Amino acid sequence: MLNALDKLMLEKVADLHEIPQGAFNIRKNGAGIQRNTTANIDIVTKTDKSGIDVIIKPYTKGESVHIPVIVTEENINDVVYNTFEVGEYSDVVIVAGCGIHNSGHHKSQHDGIHTFYVRKGAKLKYVEKHYGQGEGEGQRVLNPKTILEVEEGAVVELELIQIKGIDQTKRDTEIRLMDNAKLVVTERLLTYKDQEAESNITVELLGADSSAQIISRSVAQNDSKQVFYFDLVGRNKGRGHIQCDAIIMHNAQVLSTPRISAHHSEAQLVHEAAIGRIESEQLIKLMSLGFSEQEAEDTILSGFLK
Amino acid sequence: MLELQKVSLEIEGDTSFEILKNINLKFYDKKIYVVTGPNGGGKSSLAKIIMGVYNPTSGEILLDGQDITTMNITERARMGVGYAFQSPPRFKGIKVKELLKMAASHNPEQVNICDLLYDVGLCAQDYLNRDVDASLSGGEMKRIEIATVLARNLKIAVFDEPEAGIDLWSFQKLAETFRDIHEKYNTTIIIISHQERIMELADEIIIMSNGMISAQSERDIILAGIMNNDSCVCGTKCVKGVGQNAECVG
Repeated sequence: MLNALDKLMLEKVADLHEIPQGAFNIRKNGAGIQRNTTANIDIVTKTDKSGIDVIIKPYTKGESVHIPVIVTEENINDVVYNTFEVGEYSDVVIVAGCGIHNSGHHKSQHDGIHTFYVRKGAKLKYVEKHYGQGEGEGQRVLNPKTILEVEEGAVVELELIQIKGIDQTKRDTEIRLMDNAKLVVTERLLTYKDQEAESNITVELLGADSSAQIISRSVAQNDSKQVFYFDLVGRNKGRGHIQCDAIIMHNAQVLSTPRISAHHSEAQLVHEAAIGRIESEQLIKLMSLGFSEQEAEDTILSGFLK
Repeated sequence: MLELQKVSLEIEGDTSFEILKNINLKFYDKKIYVVTGPNGGGKSSLAKIIMGVYNPTSGEILLDGQDITTMNITERARMGVGYAFQSPPRFKGIKVKELLKMAASHNPEQVNICDLLYDVGLCAQDYLNRDVDASLSGGEMKRIEIATVLARNLKIAVFDEPEAGIDLWSFQKLAETFRDIHEKYNTTIIIISHQERIMELADEIIIMSNGMISAQSERDIILAGIMNNDSCVCGTKCVKGVGQNAECVG
């Protein structure tokens, strides 16, 4: 059963206060501990390797799937392969999060490899939150890999969020869009202390009239380091836009490489990238409303990462 | 009452430059002051020194007799000093309604955010949920900036060129808005402006040039002086045709 720490982790990564409604699968320290399926959503344990298949029937509307992972021990190295079949014309929300509580001295790591097949006309919102805590010096490491095949006319919204807590992360995201498919990726990242985070996102516009928008906002504090690599590949008539903004503080480093690659004359691709400090005028404005300097800074950062 | 006593401000650079020179001013309660004068004359620096953005190199600033010279921006804000920026900063991810709620958070009175937007000529339903970012025009930003100052119950409100960038908004509305806060909160209002119609609101007009007060008097006296004399009010003696050897860089 879930203890208080487990519940805190679930709240942080999946906004869950209790056992969720609808379909869910909770994985703890490398093993599934609780699962629920519905008439439209089935969850099946893989037989050839660690992980689950989540199968959403066509035309399933308004349902959600929660698949949180919690790691509460040190020395865990958990690799999991999850496959999602999002049926034609369904409309669902999938929340996958990973929370690590490591009070020990050894590393705890979770690598989730997620493959999505978003079928024709389906609508998917996928939220992935990372959270880490623990007083020990054992590292908290998360290396997610997400692959999405988005079929004709499907709409995908991706929210990737990691605020503090994770010492090292390398996130790889690959997305392929077919005819008329639409994608919006929102990435929010905050690193502090000596954390390192790398995010690679490649989106291929394969079908005609597909569109993609990537909005990445990050804050790098203390001695942390962030590396971004975005590649938007236009192989057909379509539109894509990358917008990445980073606030840099203290001795942090941010390396951002937005790339747009066109292989079709009707591919319209735009990238914008900016890295900078908090503007002093912003601080002055909020201080002139009665905020302390620290309150002003926190307000600016939390708005930016919202 | 806000009092500036022998306030000077020097900016250190390759060569130090005195932006404000020995300013003595008294801003009495419940009055409206308009500060005008040529660009670069020190008007915005005066506003910033009142808010605490700059600290004077010498001199003292007193609010109701209390020395606030060394107080920072936050402390002055909490004492009832407010300032509307000439070029307001933008915030990614913060909505108009959130910014206005922050502004109103220290006001003991219930403030209706929608009314604030109405008072600056913006339709609440169109703006409440918009981000205060680059998607807003300069004029829209200016109005929201003014609304953040109206949201507060202030002793001293300083507006730095509130009319700049506000093209379509009638001056009548802006004037009414200033009068309203003046009457509602007994706020002393200091407006930096070049507009005659703003000057008409003033009890007193102060002309600044070269970092000094070159004239200060009741509105009608100053206005009459400005209207009757169309020569420039800057302190430098510039005569056409003099300095033929000067090189024009362009």
